[in-house]
Amino acid sequence: MKKGKGMKFVGDSRVTADKQKFIPKDYSEYPGRTEAFWPNFLLKEWLVGAVFIVGFLCLTVAHPAPLEKLADPTDTAYLPLPDWYFLFLYQLLKYKFASASYFVLGAIVIPGLAFGALFLAPFLDKGKERRPHKRPVATSLMILSFVAVFWLTYEAAAHVDWEAKAENNKPEPPSTVEIDTSHPGYAAYENSCLQCHGGELEGGPAAPSLIGIERSVDEIKDIAVNGIGNMPPDQFQGTEEELQQLAEFIVSVNEQE
Amino acid sequence: MLQKMYDWIDERVDITPLWRDIADHEVPEHVNPAHHFSAFVYCFGGLTFFVTVIQVLSGMFLTMYYVPDIENAWRSVYYLQTEVAHGQIVRGMHHWGASVVIVMLFLHTLRVFFQGAYKKPRELNWMVGVLIFFVMLALGLTGYLLPWDNKAYFATVVTLQIAEGVPFIGEMAKTLLNGDPSIVGAQTLARFFAIHVFFLPAALFVLMGIHFIMIRKQGISGPL
Repeated sequence: MKKGKGMKFVGDSRVTADKQKFIPKDYSEYPGRTEAFWPNFLLKEWLVGAVFIVGFLCLTVAHPAPLEKLADPTDTAYLPLPDWYFLFLYQLLKYKFASASYFVLGAIVIPGLAFGALFLAPFLDKGKERRPHKRPVATSLMILSFVAVFWLTYEAAAHVDWEAKAENNKPEPPSTVEIDTSHPGYAAYENSCLQCHGGELEGGPAAPSLIGIERSVDEIKDIAVNGIGNMPPDQFQGTEEELQQLAEFIVSVNEQE
Repeated sequence: MLQKMYDWIDERVDITPLWRDIADHEVPEHVNPAHHFSAFVYCFGGLTFFVTVIQVLSGMFLTMYYVPDIENAWRSVYYLQTEVAHGQIVRGMHHWGASVVIVMLFLHTLRVFFQGAYKKPRELNWMVGVLIFFVMLALGLTGYLLPWDNKAYFATVVTLQIAEGVPFIGEMAKTLLNGDPSIVGAQTLARFFAIHVFFLPAALFVLMGIHFIMIRKQGISGPL
């Protein structure tokens, strides 16, 4: 860099006033058939990028991002699975030598050694030779790790019924109805129906949702007394007036839809 | 016109050296697929960067709708998925981009490894690259929770159990991530959101900056 007396600056800044021409380095300084990055090579990269993004967009259109049900911490039957790129660690922790009392070995020591070796690879493989077949230890360890990760991922994924899992956990549209707990029929609902049909009429393991049904007041009164399908009779306990209010309450919730 | 604007700015802030660093350099023959088709392996690093840009942009658009609290997180994603124009595409890009970026990063790592391109003088850049890999995995891990659906919740519970099992610092690490020693809930989601959207991208940008500056300083490794 030029320095010293006689330099001129723009105003009181440190930007030099006498401009040198914008001259790219001479091609002859580089061996082989080089190409200028700007704009020649960048144009080719641009084309590769365009092809890539078209393929990528096709993927996103063909396979929308999955979304399961709203998280339900009480769902004890749910099989937890990480994203696919963590499946190999997840599978490793299933083996006897890497779980329970050997948990630290499986969760910390093995992955720690593997990723530590990857991080410090330049200091473990210090030889000058770059070609893979001239450094057999590094190459074979990497191939071995690759095969192990691939195999563990396969083992983890092959035993999962992905379609059934997606089917059982389909998202349900969020309920937009509001439960008017001051409605005269709500007390009767609370006494007779809430236990199975849920606090927000959303249904449960033993009974369907009461939202989105198209039944009249009289039909609902009849079902509350006589049952329907798996629902046994005489679920409703109370007076005739309460029965009327209950049916009107359920219909009023459905009218909000 | 453009040249005049460039000169006007250049006279004041001297951008020519910056321009040279970014754009004015030679692409050697051995990395140019136009000369040797097998040089396509050199594309993986660039494609990783490209997908990272897609992730940043799609993620910025997702935050226009996403609400990081347990009452509304799932609802906002569901709304985005079903009601918002092109919401499904933007979320799809972010979802699939998260996988594609890991694949590209993996291929880039294998290319550099098998070519021995991490050897002197490029040891530091290799280590920065491995750190970028870890940050990406952490981004995937924290992003997985944000939709707050069943798979997000239960995978996070398992992750936190694993963190807890680490000797000595396990409990503290879990509480740091979780926001609470035992409850996986509102605090956890807020923390994972902050980590995913602010902490990790900040780390990623710094590391990527160092990675690229070092490439520019050292040049691409020579042919085998």
